[in-house]
Amino acid sequence: MTSTTDDPVLSIRGLTIALPKGADRDFAVEDVSYDVARGEIMCVVGESGSGKSMAANAIMGLLPKGVRAVAGEVMFDGQDLLTLTEKQHRKLRGLRIGMIFQEPMTALNPLMRVGAQISEVFEAHGQFTPRERQEKALALLEEVGIPQPEKAIRAYPFQLSGGQRQRVMIAMALALAPEVLIADEPTTALDVTTQAQILELIRDLQQRRGMSVMFITHDFGVVAEIANRVCVMRHGRIVELGEAEHVLKHPQDPYTRALIEAIPSDVIPEARGAETDTPLLEVAHLDKVFRSRGGLFKPSREVRALDDVSFVLLKGETVGIVGESGSGKSTLGRCVVRLERPDHGTLSLSGIDFSALKGETLRRQRHRVQMIFQDPYASLNPRTRVGMAIAQGPIANDVPREKALAQADELLELVGLGGTADRFPHEFSGGQRQRIGIARALALNPELIVADEAVSALDVSIQAQILELLEDLKQKLSLALLFITHDLRVAAQICDRIIVMQHGRIVEQGPARDVFLTPREAYTRELLEAIPGREHELAEA
Amino acid sequence: MLYARLITMRLFKAVIVLFMIVIFNFCLIQLAPGDPAAILAGEAGATDEEFLRQLRERFGLDQPVYVQLWRYISGIATLDFGYSYRQQVPVLDLIMARMPATLLLTGTAFVLSLALGIVAGAMAAARVKKPSGSLIMALALVFYATPLFWVALMAVVLFSVTLGWLPAYGMYTVGAGHTGLALALDVGKHLVLPATTLALFFMAIYTRMTRASMLEASQQDYVKTARAKGLAPRVIQRRHILRNALLPIITLAGLQAGQMVGGAILTETVFAWPGIGRLMYEALQQRDYNLLLGIFFFSAALVIVFNIITDLVYRLADPRIKEGS
Repeated sequence: MTSTTDDPVLSIRGLTIALPKGADRDFAVEDVSYDVARGEIMCVVGESGSGKSMAANAIMGLLPKGVRAVAGEVMFDGQDLLTLTEKQHRKLRGLRIGMIFQEPMTALNPLMRVGAQISEVFEAHGQFTPRERQEKALALLEEVGIPQPEKAIRAYPFQLSGGQRQRVMIAMALALAPEVLIADEPTTALDVTTQAQILELIRDLQQRRGMSVMFITHDFGVVAEIANRVCVMRHGRIVELGEAEHVLKHPQDPYTRALIEAIPSDVIPEARGAETDTPLLEVAHLDKVFRSRGGLFKPSREVRALDDVSFVLLKGETVGIVGESGSGKSTLGRCVVRLERPDHGTLSLSGIDFSALKGETLRRQRHRVQMIFQDPYASLNPRTRVGMAIAQGPIANDVPREKALAQADELLELVGLGGTADRFPHEFSGGQRQRIGIARALALNPELIVADEAVSALDVSIQAQILELLEDLKQKLSLALLFITHDLRVAAQICDRIIVMQHGRIVEQGPARDVFLTPREAYTRELLEAIPGREHELAEA
Repeated sequence: MLYARLITMRLFKAVIVLFMIVIFNFCLIQLAPGDPAAILAGEAGATDEEFLRQLRERFGLDQPVYVQLWRYISGIATLDFGYSYRQQVPVLDLIMARMPATLLLTGTAFVLSLALGIVAGAMAAARVKKPSGSLIMALALVFYATPLFWVALMAVVLFSVTLGWLPAYGMYTVGAGHTGLALALDVGKHLVLPATTLALFFMAIYTRMTRASMLEASQQDYVKTARAKGLAPRVIQRRHILRNALLPIITLAGLQAGQMVGGAILTETVFAWPGIGRLMYEALQQRDYNLLLGIFFFSAALVIVFNIITDLVYRLADPRIKEGS
């Protein structure tokens, strides 16, 4: 499948990239052809493992070890980038093609000042004197909208927020005014409002400088927001390629359709409401302050993570806690499962004050509230077989080993992974691991499950499946669910009620429908408006 | 400013720690079997009770333990570490006479192992999966696994006995009467074998650690960022990978530096180097407890000093570590 444009800057033809032996498939991408035209934003969309980033790495000459382009060509300015030597490639990188990455937290050298890291781009290509480099770096920081650029230039990365770091990355990539900017999932790790700002910045800079952008993402919302054209990839092949508007409204390929449908829509399911009105969890006036320990001569610093938080969760109800990073939503979740102890306030679980329990009594009660964690890769012990990982909770609660293991088998069956109890976590995909995490939480027969960003690390299609599973289990086992997320849309899909948090306080709470469709508070509206692709009409299911 | 405050705090804590170490060492020595007075008397060929009583009285050994402890501590407060039972000389004089030789040896070994270890480790990391890289690692493993005294003896056999290039023992040629530059050269020649022997073990550790740490750092996202800037591989290796990889090395170097006073007993013995290590060995043999306690004190003090220095260096190297945290 090919799509030609009048004036391509980058032109990929029949690109095939081979993976090293023993990988799950032979080719990362196979016979892929597309163009990036002058002055356009081309979005390459796909889920993890689709090979969407591979072409970009080939363009940059940054393919991982053992991965090689075996066929095809990548034409840029009359030369095939695949035939360049490392030295020739180096001259292009940063100068004519810039790149930014997904993780702003780790993409900057932690030991170097921001200014030095930007100046390095000029240095790499032998341009300007050291002094001029600093001046240019300052101008760039101003251009990408960093507050107080004179201060930021002397800052170390850890002193900046995620959004600011991504701005620094953009400043670096744009330092030498490249013709092409490759952005590899640059907003995935950011909050919605920050994401909206970064997207706007990229679009703005692209228009002002008339450069071409190759934007790699998994999110069709982002596509709707910024793309001129879009290329949808799956299993290393292009499944659909065309004008963004057209693809979004009339997707031809069933996979594209599925991806677009998987985005939680604005259509909110009718409020189901709880079956009962017996409260399960009553949270009253919860306070939690984190203090950085001061020394003899040093004042301590305080962060108010929870500030007078009160709400009620009914039996069998799903309540969503929505907020950006730093809003205190995760601290709230950790207090509810008693990984953290609140400073003030009560947390009563069917009448028992859970926040006052200690030692053995607490241990005996812990099974009633269980947690599903965000990162399915980090939350399972890599050396423990999954059956055992699930059985460990019950065993610790005096269930005989044999019985606990048998239960683990049943639970794995329940989450759709029957017969896998003797495998290790690394043998599972991210979505499957999250299912294991759910089975582990269920093993203790909890009354309440706290899911902390349980689907944030997953691809949209997998996300939909996990949400469905949670909903299903909730009905079957009559569980209550506290669903913590930064994503208002996801919350609106599965929650009965939504609580919006900011700076440790509850800003707004109410039925999901009301909060989503007729928000009362300005901050909630801000969060909703920041969701990418919202004002665009996506294809009807 | 920040550092001044930090150092003051640390020194304050150091004094407390040192005080506790002194008490602990003192009690430990009390538990050791053997009566110093009996040994002294035995060496003098006397066995008579009166002589023993006199000896005990002279060194305060007839007093109750707590009085001895009190006297000892108040002595240290005025830098008086008492007399060596054996040599009838103030402990401080003995230690100070030997200190330069030991610091010269261990300091040279420290610098040598750190510099060579980091260079070798960086080279091995850059040549990973190449024969030259594997060779460096194999050598490092050999030095790491071979006992120090054996390396020392073999070095003597090869370089002194067989080849006759370097002196086998001592710190300078006895009776040569060198001065100035000639003396420095002479000492330098004597230093080569013991310093290298002592350095090899730590060099091997630094090599292995630098390599592992650099290979890990080279997988980090910021290295990909640096490559995307178009930086030359050499610059990336040095500025981005090595700098980050050195952080754990600092911790290890601090540990080695703390061993500078007490860690060279074996080498000093084999090469007859007139340093603290040998002094300690002799003191142990002769139940010269005052001298032993003095040496313990100085090596503990050095460990504490180097801990503080390590912390400061770490702070300079890693901006993420803030004061007090």
